[in-house]
Amino acid sequence: MQHSEMNYVKKALPSNLRSIGLLLLIAGIILGLVAYFIDQPRAMFNYLISYMFLISIGVGSLFLISLEYVANADWSVPLRRVIEHLAAIIPLLFILVLPLFFSIHDLFHWSHPEAVSEDKILQGKAPYLNATFFIIRSIAAIVIWSLFYFFISRNSLKQDETKDQKLTKTNIKLSAAFIPFFAVTITVSAIDWMMSLEPHWFSTIFGVYFFAGTVVASLAAVTLFVVKLKEKEYLHPKVTNDHLFSLGALMFAFVNFWAYIAFSQYLLIWYADLPEETFWFLHRWEGSWTVFSIALIVMHFIVPYAVLLAQPAKMDMKKLKFISIWLLAAHLLDLFWLVMPNMSVHAHGYVFSWIDLVFPVFIVGFVILVFYYRANKTNLLPSGDPKLNRALDFHI
Amino acid sequence: MRNRLFAVAALFESPDKIIKAADAVASQGFRKFDVNTPYPVHGMDKAMKLKPSKLGFVTLFFGLTGTAIGLILTYWTMSVDYPLVIGGKPFFALPAFIPILFELTVLLATLATVFGMFAFFFNLPHNDHPIHDTEYMKMTSYDKYGIYIESADEHFDESKIKRLFTDLGAVKIYDLAYPEKITYPIFEPKFVTFLIITFVAVSGATYLTLNKLLYITPFNWMMDQLREDVQDVSQYLPDQPSMRTPVQGTVARGFIPYPYKGINNPTEVLTNPILPTQENLNLGRKKYLSYCSPCHGNFGNGDSRLRGQFPNPPTLHSKRAREFSDGMIYHIITNGQNVMPSYESQVTREERWAIVNYIRVLQRAKNAQESDLEVAKKEFEKNAAQ
Ligand code: HEC
Repeated sequence: MQHSEMNYVKKALPSNLRSIGLLLLIAGIILGLVAYFIDQPRAMFNYLISYMFLISIGVGSLFLISLEYVANADWSVPLRRVIEHLAAIIPLLFILVLPLFFSIHDLFHWSHPEAVSEDKILQGKAPYLNATFFIIRSIAAIVIWSLFYFFISRNSLKQDETKDQKLTKTNIKLSAAFIPFFAVTITVSAIDWMMSLEPHWFSTIFGVYFFAGTVVASLAAVTLFVVKLKEKEYLHPKVTNDHLFSLGALMFAFVNFWAYIAFSQYLLIWYADLPEETFWFLHRWEGSWTVFSIALIVMHFIVPYAVLLAQPAKMDMKKLKFISIWLLAAHLLDLFWLVMPNMSVHAHGYVFSWIDLVFPVFIVGFVILVFYYRANKTNLLPSGDPKLNRALDFHI
Repeated sequence: MRNRLFAVAALFESPDKIIKAADAVASQGFRKFDVNTPYPVHGMDKAMKLKPSKLGFVTLFFGLTGTAIGLILTYWTMSVDYPLVIGGKPFFALPAFIPILFELTVLLATLATVFGMFAFFFNLPHNDHPIHDTEYMKMTSYDKYGIYIESADEHFDESKIKRLFTDLGAVKIYDLAYPEKITYPIFEPKFVTFLIITFVAVSGATYLTLNKLLYITPFNWMMDQLREDVQDVSQYLPDQPSMRTPVQGTVARGFIPYPYKGINNPTEVLTNPILPTQENLNLGRKKYLSYCSPCHGNFGNGDSRLRGQFPNPPTLHSKRAREFSDGMIYHIITNGQNVMPSYESQVTREERWAIVNYIRVLQRAKNAQESDLEVAKKEFEKNAAQ
């Protein structure tokens, strides 16, 4: 029992995974560029959605890791590498954010001085909503995430070799420090990148709303990878359905949390019925946006709630695979619903374009590639973690 | 004389051993056995080969019942039996009801889970068990891990089981006998007396605290202060209320008395002191939309959503209303008219006159004449030229 991690032999991921990832990524980039030259604002709004989606998965994963450390959880230890590999998206955000900086004028109404000069409200918000400060905040957030990602994952990897228990202690401290930073940066990111698309609107719960979606999306991504890896037997054989159960249960919990927060936001605005707040929802109830709004409730809450309610469903690999893909799509829809109606062509309902279908291709390719390269470079099991044996013996 | 045997029990030293024991016992085909441990041991359900508990269905059923009750409750009270317009929301305002549905769902689901557990799984009123008050039970709530197999099991064989336990590494083996007679401790006079005493003591203490203790010094310091309480007898003037009637002719600050208050059809009324400036009309519009439009409609047509739920508010474009003097409309706002209540306390004097001016605008717009069009055209051309 002492050395159960010895049963684990590292297997390289199949190289066709790389080909698939590369293919999707290149296809996504080329189509995205074509889209950019055909319809620049639309391409950039879509790219913004992709960027937020990647923040959700990357930063959300880092949050899950720090949650494991501060809660001193056992069960997730053998899965932590999977989560770390997904968090590897974070440093790449430095590059991903650049195109957005160059299209601030396409995206944000408040970035036009002539609009601000005619608008008292925007003048009042100008000290916060101006391009310089905006860019500083965005970069600062990525710097903070990257630093924490760098140190936490470096310690975790180092432990594979040194088996130094102190590294776990260090990571617990880092995680505890990260969580408040995470709370602030994720709120600011949500407000900056999405709420300020409609600069007259405000909702104090908006940051929490995005946070809820972030956790759902990162849990779904982790579950999807874990189930896939387990199916193909890349994980330690002692990673059982009981480990999956915890993922399923967390997903279920956060689906509920998301619904709770989404409804709280809606209820207060509906109740107070102030025109300066309601117009945001009314817009999303205009024309074909109604379909999106209803689809969001069904996809992001009702279906996953029903599927994950029973205990056996939370450990069933097939159901988990289905629901994690489903929830990733739901989160994409959520971001689409938050961002897209702010584009002027959609003023009275959604107007379809093939461009909207291109960017998810890019996201999938990107995530697969990041994961592939990280996973092949390192162990898929944190073999030096002092809690590993206990974690592998985990049963519910 | 030894009582009838209830079960054979064994104690083990470690969680690993008890898991192994549970697994072995279940594998040998025993069904009527149970495990007692000082804390929940992970993996026990699987080792004991237990089927998933059915309790979840009880929870689900009662949870949904809670949702249904919430829905019926809110729908019946708010939309059918006593419909009230609240904040201009529809009578069946689902978003406002959802918190209630949610709370009732959770409440019924949790209560049903707890009581369902008592009722179905513990066999109320049967709250005693042969393993209570045995050394075996004491040890399993201390630092040992116990397992017992009931004599009612079809494979029960005392000596074979004891051998099995010994082979598995049991540190101690017990024969657990049925008690002399089956008792129901919850019906025992001692327990019932205890409940009654607790009830009397708690309610008595609450009563005394609220009605006596709070009136004893120093607890009453907060309550007895050197001030007059409203609607009380005065502490200073014998036989007089604490609230004094103002001296005749007193006028509150910033308040100009209205001389025609309470008269339904005054023969003369005040004249309009306020000019219909743009600023003033904006104010009038705002106040009209807040206070009058819910009944008289946004443009004074009397077509608000209150139609049919309240004595129909009349249009303000009738000949009668157009021929009202400004002062008469001011009078109706201040005094009310029949079922229309007074808006004196909601709208200030200036705002009332502003509303009057705005109503004049509405009336004029609705009954525009050829000559008005000329004026409007000139205005338009002037603006266009600029
Ligand atoms: C609660 C609904 C309600 C509100 C709010 C309300 N009214 Fe009325 N109003 C009525 C009703 C009903 C009548 C008819 C009363 C009657 O039977 O004489 C009426 C009558 C009137 C009349 C007289 C019309 C006539 O032909 O006799 C005027 C003028 C008027 N309202 C003005 C106002 C103004 C100005 C306000 C805003 C300060 C206002 N009302 C707010 C319900 C309302």
